[in-house]
Amino acid sequence: MRLACLVCLTGLLTGAAPAQPPAAEIEKRSLDSFYAAGRDMRVRVSMVLTNQQGGERKRELTMLRKNMGSVGDQRYYMYFHAPPDVRGTTFLIWKYPIKDDDRWIFIPAIKLVRRIAASDRRSSFVGSDFTYEDVSGRDVTDETHSLLRSEALDGRPCYVLESRPVGSADYARRTSWIDTERWIPLKEEYFDSHGRSIRVYTADRVEEIGGHWTVTHRTMRNLQTGQRTEVTFQDVSYDQGLPDNLFMERALREPPASVR
Amino acid sequence: MRARARAVITALGALGLTLTGAASARAVDIGGFAQVNYAARISGAPCGAAGPCDFLLGEERLQLKLEGTSEQGRSGFAAKVDLFQDAVENRAGVEVREAFVNLTGKHAALRVGRQIVTWGAGDLVFVNDVFPKDWAALFTGRPMEYLKVGSGALKVDLHPGAFDAEIVVLPIFQPDRFPTANRFILPDPFPPGLPRLEEQKDRSLANAELAGRISHYLSDWGLSLYACRTFFRTPAMAVDDPAAPSSVHIFYPRLNTYGVSATGSFMGGVASFEGGYLDSREDRHGTNPAIENSMLKGLAGYSYPLWRDATLGLQGYLERTLDYGAYRATLPAGFPARDERRWLATVRLTQLMWNQTLTGSLFAFWGVTDHDGYLIPSARYAATDNVLVEIGGNVFVARDSHTMFGALDRNDNVYATVRYSF
Repeated sequence: MRLACLVCLTGLLTGAAPAQPPAAEIEKRSLDSFYAAGRDMRVRVSMVLTNQQGGERKRELTMLRKNMGSVGDQRYYMYFHAPPDVRGTTFLIWKYPIKDDDRWIFIPAIKLVRRIAASDRRSSFVGSDFTYEDVSGRDVTDETHSLLRSEALDGRPCYVLESRPVGSADYARRTSWIDTERWIPLKEEYFDSHGRSIRVYTADRVEEIGGHWTVTHRTMRNLQTGQRTEVTFQDVSYDQGLPDNLFMERALREPPASVR
Repeated sequence: MRARARAVITALGALGLTLTGAASARAVDIGGFAQVNYAARISGAPCGAAGPCDFLLGEERLQLKLEGTSEQGRSGFAAKVDLFQDAVENRAGVEVREAFVNLTGKHAALRVGRQIVTWGAGDLVFVNDVFPKDWAALFTGRPMEYLKVGSGALKVDLHPGAFDAEIVVLPIFQPDRFPTANRFILPDPFPPGLPRLEEQKDRSLANAELAGRISHYLSDWGLSLYACRTFFRTPAMAVDDPAAPSSVHIFYPRLNTYGVSATGSFMGGVASFEGGYLDSREDRHGTNPAIENSMLKGLAGYSYPLWRDATLGLQGYLERTLDYGAYRATLPAGFPARDERRWLATVRLTQLMWNQTLTGSLFAFWGVTDHDGYLIPSARYAATDNVLVEIGGNVFVARDSHTMFGALDRNDNVYATVRYSF
């Protein structure tokens, strides 16, 4: 009993310690560092999807991101280089902090821009184990957050947060290890309502580029299907002054030479 | 024909090497696919020495695609050339799908050459897309890109700031490609044996087509205005002498079109609207029964995500024939009359499976007033990053043989496509 009280007291003291910011603030800083670093970003993304039998599929794309005026208001432009049957396909996302994304796809074979319905941010991004939300981020208020502990992960000091979705989602809770100095998530584990681990994200390589800590190699493992997706970032640049008109329908139809 | 194909391959190779050398700083991108595409009629056919039999389509096709841009990205080119062997018509050939040059400036871009242009907000229902189409390709299950046909054109894009404008000049008229009697079983409203004389339009400046579009975003709603000076791409048909016909004249009357479209987010889905007025310039009073009357067209569509990786798309379409009284009064005896208002509804259900490598899809047209229908069930599987396999069907449902899908009622078919992309 006395030991239990001591644990309670330690927990309270830990929670109240001024050195540790509130859980929601940690999550907010993490989201900002991971999904919104700089004013804009350009990256060449390689994805390798590996199934349980070891079969591989590859996706190659150039991704541009621009942060707009208000927090969480972002635009993404993607140009697909591979696989061959989708080469030249472009994809545009206008992401808003509170309402559903707007998404457009351009199919080059028929020169058609199509607006696509996009209310489910938890659906798979191009068949990978990453969701749209994993690619473009979520809002801090989409989940409630609590700080479980602080601990080191692979030699890096981390806050360990537990987050639970406010609305319905395909996971019941998520545990994340957030680097206390670089503010990026080094690991995330998703659990179902039975407490089973269903998806695990790991940051496998982290580099400082243009003053921003960037995860240049990451893996998402789907423990239910045995499939994993590894993502490598190459040619990362920040704050290049990407113009607004790159994120308009016209750029979908006529991809600028710089992204091809 | 083989020698011709060889010559084209050699020429393309030489072109690729030349351009690779010319644009030394930027490599020319070379890609394409090899494809096998078969379609077989399942409703039976009167196979004979000539005319249709069970196979509607049997072809092998190689597409070579070359694309390149200059160092600064101010100019570029693209060419897409198909070499094909068609077993149904027993011929081989070359089809230049696209071949154009781009020049890009700060507020304007020019594209000149054979190109595909797609306008409008409809899904397989076209109101303001006046550009050439290959309906036979759709009805035989060829990949969707073959529904669109390239046109020799000059296209100017202007984007001064608040809006985007697009002007397309098509110097030489090209009709739509429709099902023909060598592959399809089709009813013929004219007496049998009458020769067809198809109009070949003069390659004169007066016959150049002109199409314009102005687009603007209002919040996240995309709005467009359209205007075109063109021709009907669906042929008009008339006998030379109604009393004693000796031939059927096939021609393409003049047409002006004016339209609007809007697409935006609505209640978690995407809503689209399109409207158009077709001014039938050679039959403004509707008294020539061979030529379509002027008409109004309206389309409303909504697509909505049903559940994960599943989308439902619904469309309602209304076509209203103007001067309907004149049309009825001049319609020759024995010819079935169309309704003044033609209603059409469509449904598209799409489900992605197996990490989005398998796409199941059902598209259905329902001719509400024509009492006909057209179903396209399909399954497409990306077996690897290079190999795509698609099987599907084209099923026509009809009460009368004179309606759009009714005319195709005896052409229900299944198709298979295997494509290796590189």
